Amino acid sequence: MSTVDSKKQAKKSPPEKIEKAAPDKMTGAEIIIQALIEQGVEVIFGYPGGAVLPIYDEIFKQDKIKHVLVRQEGGALHAAEGYARSTGKVGVALVTSGPGATNAVTGLTDALMDSIPLVCLTGQVPSFLIGTDAFQEADTTGITRPCTKHNVLIRDQNELAEAIHEAFHVARTGRPGPVVVDIPKDIQFAEGDYKKAAKPAAQSYNPQTAPDMSAIEEAVELMAQAKKPVFYTGGGIINAGPSASKALRELVKETGFPVTSTLMGLGAFPANDDKWLGMLGMHGTFEANWAMHDCDVMICIGARFDDRITGRIDKFSPGSIKIHVDIDPSSINKNVHIDLPIVADAQLAIEAMLKIWKDKSHKPRARSLKKWWKQIDDWRGINCLAYKPSSKIIKPQYALERLRAALENDKRDQFISTEVGQHQMWAAQFLPFNKPNRWMTSGGLGTMGYGLPAAIGAQIAHPKGLVIDVAGEASILMNIQEMSTAVQYRLPVKIFILNNQWMGMVRQWQELLHGERYSESYTDSLPDFVKLAEAYGGIGLRADTPDELDDVIDQMLKTDKVTIVDVRVDQKENCFPMIPSGKGHNEMIMSPQAEKFDKKLV
Amino acid sequence: MAAPRRKKSKSVYAPGPKDVAVETHTLAILVKNEPGVLARVVGLFSGRGYNIESLTVAETDHDKHLSRITIVCSGTPMVIEQIKNQLGRLVPVKNVRDLTTYGPYVDRELALIKVTGKNEKRIEALRIADIFRARVVDSSLESFIFEVTGTTEKINAFIDLMRPLGLVDASRTGVAALARGETAIGGSV
Repeated sequence: MSTVDSKKQAKKSPPEKIEKAAPDKMTGAEIIIQALIEQGVEVIFGYPGGAVLPIYDEIFKQDKIKHVLVRQEGGALHAAEGYARSTGKVGVALVTSGPGATNAVTGLTDALMDSIPLVCLTGQVPSFLIGTDAFQEADTTGITRPCTKHNVLIRDQNELAEAIHEAFHVARTGRPGPVVVDIPKDIQFAEGDYKKAAKPAAQSYNPQTAPDMSAIEEAVELMAQAKKPVFYTGGGIINAGPSASKALRELVKETGFPVTSTLMGLGAFPANDDKWLGMLGMHGTFEANWAMHDCDVMICIGARFDDRITGRIDKFSPGSIKIHVDIDPSSINKNVHIDLPIVADAQLAIEAMLKIWKDKSHKPRARSLKKWWKQIDDWRGINCLAYKPSSKIIKPQYALERLRAALENDKRDQFISTEVGQHQMWAAQFLPFNKPNRWMTSGGLGTMGYGLPAAIGAQIAHPKGLVIDVAGEASILMNIQEMSTAVQYRLPVKIFILNNQWMGMVRQWQELLHGERYSESYTDSLPDFVKLAEAYGGIGLRADTPDELDDVIDQMLKTDKVTIVDVRVDQKENCFPMIPSGKGHNEMIMSPQAEKFDKKLV
Repeated sequence: MAAPRRKKSKSVYAPGPKDVAVETHTLAILVKNEPGVLARVVGLFSGRGYNIESLTVAETDHDKHLSRITIVCSGTPMVIEQIKNQLGRLVPVKNVRDLTTYGPYVDRELALIKVTGKNEKRIEALRIADIFRARVVDSSLESFIFEVTGTTEKINAFIDLMRPLGLVDASRTGVAALARGETAIGGSV
């Protein structure tokens, strides 16, 4: 090596000879690190093990890439997701063979469902042991084939660099997703050639990104004619980058149309704008769902008509012409018939719409639109997020309202992650999302245990940011071990637990749909979260009554260590509004009419 | 003692969609011939609940590492469109062409069929094989192996006729298909 002191060269002559014989050769492990550096990777989330030791050896020898040691591989994947979601970069995870890879499966599936760009390097047993049921062997490419966008088993160290470059290319282009590169241990040791990344154009995978302009013109024509239009936006706009959000804001300003968004798309359009209707879907707002139901032109951009969005398909927005912009052709016409499909990157499509709208000096139909807004304001008047306040017990909604108020006065860049369940829906309903890439939640897969590692990933990417994991007491226990990671890297992540001692959403469905038979949904034997936080070396806080809440939130925002806030909330509160399963958008149930819930089928 | 009357439990959730008319389509798929590519394609069908009626695959261009997969699949028009789009999403898939909607196409299947028997049945089998232009590729005193090429329907018909005449084994290749005319799916020879 060139850094070897000349005086010591005599001793080191054998390796020097090898270097001279093949000056460009590198070991597989060196190639991996070199390729990651070339791809601009700054952070890897991982956990070592037998089959990745050569790679960890190389990590030890360099200082360009920071490695974050998680406490279970599942945490590494979610942390990489949080990192990717909050930065727009590709998240990288490194896990060992066998159990390391199988633990990664949930995170890979989660990233696939939510279109998060990830590259996961997995170790594999040496090539000559593959297929022998070797120690810590698993058919990683076989297991992860359906839960990755692409995966590859490396068979030759000379293909390693190219495979890693391609993995990044595939992960970040088109509809983003996770890619697994499975690397046998002998290949990590073997010497081979390093290849630089090819230009994207030379890659074999090249998804279409530019829209068909005649379709855009047709779409703009429909928009200009619309009497009751609505924008239905999704995570695709976040994935397309901040300029897509900017373009959307401009397009909405130009047209004056109302905007709603899926869970994954929150933040693409500012929640404090008067054109914002709130989230749509099963626990979306009354105004958003009714606007979807009654609209005459629906402009869907970067969303995929998930069943939690549409409710019953044959009752979904029956009278509308549907325009769907998506970068993934398989998302179009999958669940709902689309009248005007446009395969394109969200940013390019919105910018093209804007250009044509302006070029043709279109104006929205002012009178119809005014009437439409009047109707929407009537729906807004229902105040669908209302709940029965209490001075004795903390209502979960109230806790989030107080959190929101505290966040408004905080100057830091704010990132919110959630676990999965009632608290997730309340967070989506009550917290303000005004910027893209600030909201990390498991939408498609609904992975409990996502929030804490995702918050860790976001905090690693934004050391000065304020990162809060809004959690439930059941979800948080699914990846509680990552408290150690947060302590080790001095990450001041705040874990705001809405503790109702139930798997709240399960309990809610059992109450409403399964005859109040609460089968296994009570979380018995909960730990004392304050002591738990302290045991890990963090800070624990608790709020038992509404008047303690503001103080506790205040303290939480000031801590410089990982902090768990145990907010003891109403055990019986249900998440409303709600579209019952099998109903349409126009059949929502509101909190005060919860007793109207149709339980007669049970 | 009378047993308590059990209430039949009813689902509280929405019923699935009603069945719509199912179509059969022949798809030609050009893929990079790399390990696992067939598993990817087949896994897609099983994972998403699509039906495969026939599948053939072989390398068609060794230098370019290209294989051609021909799949006969069935589903509602929306499902067929999904199948094509989902296939197109796979990284090693270069091109997907729906031959059924693309235009006229030729499809052929090859079958090897073993028939055992004596006397009249043996003669009758030979006679029918002649009508179907099947060739005898192996013969013993009590058996024939016929090689027959044609559309799936022709092969089905041949097998149906051979059954009473002593059919004991059949091996079919599945459908291979090409669009008529000058057009090519590309990449291949």
